[in-house]
Amino acid sequence: MEFDALILSRLQFAFVVAFHIMFPAFTIGLAAFLAVAEGLWLFTKKEVFKRLYLHWVKIFALAFGIGVVSGVVMSYQFGTNWAVFSDKAGSVIGPLLGYEVLTAFFLEATFLGVMLFGWKRVGPTLHFVATCAVAIGTSISAFWILSANSWMQTPVGFDIDPETGNFFATDWWAVIFNPSFPSRYVHMMLAAFITTAAVVLAAGAYQVIRGRVTEPTRWQIRMASGTLLLLMPLQIWAGHWSGEVAHHYQPAKVAAMEGWWETSDVQGTILFAIPDAENERNIAEIMIPGTSPYLFNTDEPLQGLNAFPEDERPPVFPVFWSFRIMVGAGMIMLFMGGWGVALWAMKRIEKPGLFHWLAVPSGVLGFVAVITGWIVAEVGRQPYTVYGFLRTEDSISPVEPAAVATSLIVFMVVYAIIFTAGVIYMARIATRGFDDDPTDPPVREHRAPGSALASVTDKAEEA
Amino acid sequence: MDYPLIWSFLIATAVMLYVLLDGSDLGIGILTAFAKSDEERNLMTATIEPVWDGNETWLILGGGGLFAAFPLAYAILMPAFYIPVLLMLAALIFRGVAFEFRHKAVRKTTRHFWNGAFSYGSLFAAFAQGLILGGFIQGVSVDGRSFAGGTFDWLTPFTLLVAVSVAGGYVLLGSSWLVLKTEGSLQKWSRAWARRSSLFVALAMAAISLATLSIDPRVTERWGVTMQAIDFGKFLPLAPIPLLAGLLLVALWRDLSILGDKAPDWRPMVLSAALFLTGYLGLGISLFPYLVPFELTIWETAARDNALQLMLVGASIMLPVILAYTIYVYSLFWGKVDPEESYHD
Ligand code: HDD
Ligand code: HEM
Ligand code: HEM
Repeated sequence: MEFDALILSRLQFAFVVAFHIMFPAFTIGLAAFLAVAEGLWLFTKKEVFKRLYLHWVKIFALAFGIGVVSGVVMSYQFGTNWAVFSDKAGSVIGPLLGYEVLTAFFLEATFLGVMLFGWKRVGPTLHFVATCAVAIGTSISAFWILSANSWMQTPVGFDIDPETGNFFATDWWAVIFNPSFPSRYVHMMLAAFITTAAVVLAAGAYQVIRGRVTEPTRWQIRMASGTLLLLMPLQIWAGHWSGEVAHHYQPAKVAAMEGWWETSDVQGTILFAIPDAENERNIAEIMIPGTSPYLFNTDEPLQGLNAFPEDERPPVFPVFWSFRIMVGAGMIMLFMGGWGVALWAMKRIEKPGLFHWLAVPSGVLGFVAVITGWIVAEVGRQPYTVYGFLRTEDSISPVEPAAVATSLIVFMVVYAIIFTAGVIYMARIATRGFDDDPTDPPVREHRAPGSALASVTDKAEEA
Repeated sequence: MDYPLIWSFLIATAVMLYVLLDGSDLGIGILTAFAKSDEERNLMTATIEPVWDGNETWLILGGGGLFAAFPLAYAILMPAFYIPVLLMLAALIFRGVAFEFRHKAVRKTTRHFWNGAFSYGSLFAAFAQGLILGGFIQGVSVDGRSFAGGTFDWLTPFTLLVAVSVAGGYVLLGSSWLVLKTEGSLQKWSRAWARRSSLFVALAMAAISLATLSIDPRVTERWGVTMQAIDFGKFLPLAPIPLLAGLLLVALWRDLSILGDKAPDWRPMVLSAALFLTGYLGLGISLFPYLVPFELTIWETAARDNALQLMLVGASIMLPVILAYTIYVYSLFWGKVDPEESYHD
């Protein structure tokens, strides 16, 4: 019985959080993109940046809304499904989440109103301040939530109350800036920017294919390709940094990521394999031998999964394959960024071609990498919620399996509905392209983007 | 310093602000089901579109704050109210996305769907919050450090009464907000709804107060009121609260039905909010110091002092800042809602 509720709660948590993270990953990047676009408009006075802003802010409003409602679910999940975890770890990670609400959520949510509806009531400079407040709010939010999650991955600066078995902090600085936090925060922020760039690029490429090329379309493709080309190498570095930290604190995770079973001084890089946990080996393995001295800066032998007792190993298959999918998706995005910049240099960005056809489906790769990345991080730390100290099976709430099954089904149905509708509405705006007219029709300028009025205009354009 | 005590006040304040601010939004959501036209519906939502997200954040502070400051209470109450919390979250999801989606739907059927999602989402969210409140007042069973009851313990006639009352109360707040923000026929319509709901709220408050007195001997003891006798020594110091509620109701009724549009537009909103405050205060007096009624107190469920201390530093800096910019944004959108800004003619 216990076990059923455990499996269902884990499924539900994984589903709900994977759904949620897609929207922050997109809105963190898009908020920054909007701030840059509006800033460029104020600075250069070029109309094209304003048009980019007014276009993408409508999509932002939709994505942010879904991000918020799915986030509210998250903050209640800990209690409903992981009550023992909440009781035990509350005195350590509770304050981090509390700070997130106080420093980030109110800032984002309040200034979002000004950003979407205040166009007419505040001047351009103040409006820009509101956009920046939202963008800064999203990165502060990521700061605290990653700090909380990283503490669960690499817990330090705490002690355990002998009476209740509860964790409590002894050094807050160590808790907040725990060992895996810096690398993972950098990796996540870059992931958000990259995800957004891939989407912006895809929408621009689609407009080119449909022959709706205007000045903002060109800029959109340039900015997105440039961002990918610039940030992907940084991301590879940040990912490597994360891997090094994980190797130091969570060797079992890295062994699962790499697909190593045996401990050895020198390990290879496995390109393809089907991990077979039962027999503790890989099937159909393709390996480049002897790569580890170039990747891991250590003199100690590299542990394989066999070095850990069976009940201390994470599930290998999802970790192993998610890692490869994440890295693969990153490589493709790097390639697309380079290709786009090359076309830009050759002034061929607006001629539809293979690049544009490939860029459209590549728009989802950021999301793919973000979700698989989190699977690496979270499944890779199993069987613990607080690594080394609190096991997942001991974290669960005393709720009946039937109740958890109900909630899981409800979330699946509700999310399927809002996801479908949200993606359709966003795609409609993103693919529509910009008007040919180099300046906005005058009425439009006065309308609050994202407001009811602007949406009525959307519909009119649709018809 | 008594950190748990301070934090219990802070969280109670956050929840109170949520009830007043987002309660109005949910009330308006319920009222949109009765809107006479699309134009009026758009006007109604336009009065809250710029602020609803900030308002909902007080709920996150309430829930997140409970987790952070009183982890044990959070760990016991959330499983106890598993189903009502689920209902609330699902309803808030629909209501939240419908703010935007209603305007993006092109086909008539989908527009209907999102309009429905908005009003039913608001209704069910209000109802579910009432179920949680009712379940909270009636108490939960605890064994050691965890919830020991069943999935449906919260479901009683009392919680249903509270749920309906909360929804009705939100309608009062929402219609009072509309009286403040709209003009002409919509304002008149809103005033009529405020009048109806104020009557309903008067009945509901009386019923819940009486029912609460019979919930637990400790509550009766505190107020000094039983079905047979009144202990005036205990009751008199507390009597101003029900008295004030009664006065507020009379003033509200006078504004809404006797003075009508001669009463200042802001007054129904202020009076309804004050009425909610008295109810909340009464509730606080009944339950204090229990945070898991009637099993665990705020001190027994509190997080470590150093956690509460760290958060208090943040809260004392950030809460004034948050209140300042919230007031700024409200004042930015002050005045009657502008139809030009909200819908296309
Ligand atoms: C990398 C960043 C990141 C991660 C890992 C998470 N979130 Fe999130 N969350 C955000 C980044 C974010 C964000 C960018 O701040 C929001 C605002 C709107 C959006 O789309 O995402 C957001 C919204 C958001 C909200 C609504 C806030 C509002 O009203 O503005 C809540 C309550 C949460 N989240 C809670 C959580 C919890 C409990 C998580 C962990 C399990 C979580 N989030 C993971
Ligand atoms: C938003 C990005 C995140 C994603 C995509 C994510 C993904 C996942 C996944 C896939 C699991 C399931 C692992 C398994 O069952 O084998 C999991 C588990 C878990 N995660 Fe995360 N996670 C995220 C962030 C967080 C954060 C920020 C926290 C805490 C502050 C957290 C707390 C937990 C807990 C308590 C579990 C254990 C329950 C379980 O095994 O399902 N997660 N997560
Ligand atoms: C291309 C080289 C990459 C490498 C070597 C790499 C490496 C890693 C490693 C080792 C982790 C696990 C960290 C931990 O568990 O502590 C991780 C997690 C993650 N990765 Fe990557 N990654 C790469 C590319 C990407 C890309 C392109 C994205 C998204 C656009 C991405 C998004 C994520 C996310 C969201 C996580 C989970 C959060 C975290 O633990 O930091 N990664 N990555």
